[in-house]
Amino acid sequence: MSDGPFGGKAVITGAGKSQVGRKLGRTGLDLTVEAVTRAIADAGLTPDDIDGVATYPGPGVPDRGFSGASQSELANALGLRQKWFISSSETAAQIGPAIEACMAVTLGFADHVVVFRSVWESTAQMDRGRASVLFDGGELPAHLQWSGPYGGLSAANWLSMPAMRYMHDFGLTREQLGAVAINARANAGLNPDAIFTEPLTMADYLGSRMISDPFCLFDCDIPCDGATAVVISRREAAAGLPKHPLTVESAGTGMFERATWDQRRDLTTMAAHDVATMLWERTDLTPADVDMAQLYDGFSFLTLMWLEALGFCEHGEAGRFVEGGEAISRQGKLPINTSGGQLSGGRLHGMGFLHEACVQLWGEGGERQTGSPEIVAVGVGGGPVAGAMLVSSR
Amino acid sequence: MTASYQRPEVRLVPTPSPETGAFWAGGEQGELLISFCQGCGHYFHPPGPVCWRCRSRDVAPKAVSGRAVVAAYTVNRQPWVPGFAPPYVIAMVELVEEPDVRLQTNVVGIEPDEVSIGLEVEVFFEQWDRIWVPLFRPVRGVA
Repeated sequence: MSDGPFGGKAVITGAGKSQVGRKLGRTGLDLTVEAVTRAIADAGLTPDDIDGVATYPGPGVPDRGFSGASQSELANALGLRQKWFISSSETAAQIGPAIEACMAVTLGFADHVVVFRSVWESTAQMDRGRASVLFDGGELPAHLQWSGPYGGLSAANWLSMPAMRYMHDFGLTREQLGAVAINARANAGLNPDAIFTEPLTMADYLGSRMISDPFCLFDCDIPCDGATAVVISRREAAAGLPKHPLTVESAGTGMFERATWDQRRDLTTMAAHDVATMLWERTDLTPADVDMAQLYDGFSFLTLMWLEALGFCEHGEAGRFVEGGEAISRQGKLPINTSGGQLSGGRLHGMGFLHEACVQLWGEGGERQTGSPEIVAVGVGGGPVAGAMLVSSR
Repeated sequence: MTASYQRPEVRLVPTPSPETGAFWAGGEQGELLISFCQGCGHYFHPPGPVCWRCRSRDVAPKAVSGRAVVAAYTVNRQPWVPGFAPPYVIAMVELVEEPDVRLQTNVVGIEPDEVSIGLEVEVFFEQWDRIWVPLFRPVRGVA
């Protein structure tokens, strides 16, 4: 039996979340400190025990509100004595730094690494709408050079095109996309931290305004303010800590083609497919062993991409897999996005899924606790951005 | 059904680099200039100093026919850019010379709801100062 790429040495010992909401008016660093200190306390540690920090995306990001705090801002704020640290955006999506933290503790570079992701996109856009944080004048940034001239400023545009192609090739319907949004809303209703909690019907979904075909408003996640954090520890260093350590069984990283939004050979697959291939190559576990999945839903379509990329259904079958919502519900064969995801829980941007996986594995979900999962798959990102993790309570 | 195309009040234009300059300026001569590799005989996009397939450095912009096929598209309904009003079609079009090369563009001259995957389109250019933005419209007589 393989112990996976980290030899069983990388474990998660604590998780924390800040206040999550709309237009909180708090700074990104303030939210970050709240999430991080909660995660450290959850692990039964103090900031003096933390000797590593990892985060996505780090400094230099043009979109306001997209990066709540950099690695150095957090470390400086808490006066941490670090043996190892990293921030990166060119990594395995928003959970890439969590994977790098696993490497660091496995190699003995650090004992306890706090990993965080924070956003304040809701406060940043104020009353000026989503467009104001995507591009606010001046020179078009590099990542908009090819889409900006055509009015394609949002990832909603970049990802709606492959979604349309997938509909064309495989018969995906809007009702099938809607099943993902409706499931997320149902789960959010059980999550006291979620942004949108009132039930969503298929009629509501189909009747909402279109953003970029085939995506309507409810196919797009909800910008919010909030931060999430986990503590990743070296297993030996975790001895005696209060919580059962969660084992990081495998990590999915990789990019088999050029990292673009438009040049991938098969427009109906994404980097998620490459990452999932590597996730399974690095472990003896299989999709059949997975009890629950937390799958990125910046757009509903991305959840479908992860379902098929991770092997829960065949390529082209994801729409039929989610149809009616039964299979992915809390009672279904593969419950997903038990916190309401980003579609209804709020766009915590990737790390929220790892946080929720930990909550469920520890049985701390309260009203939304969904069974007693032992192995949870986490898939994060969309388009040319992807990372995955397999976490267990074994 | 064809539809008349009206130039928008505003179009966000890129800042060309030494590598992308030819692509954005080719329209001045009415040419769609795509990076071409003499080493392996393939076009590639976006432009760069090396062919990503065979790694040859013998690459240069070369004019293509400007004919392409819609591989994917969306009708954007949300206002993102003041002066660039929705609805408008954003598409990925594949060049007839090299289906592996996709350009993001607007497909115009056709009602947004009439666009389809597989639609045959051809390039034309819209000048904004020193930038000639490649746009695509249905090949005459096809749509």
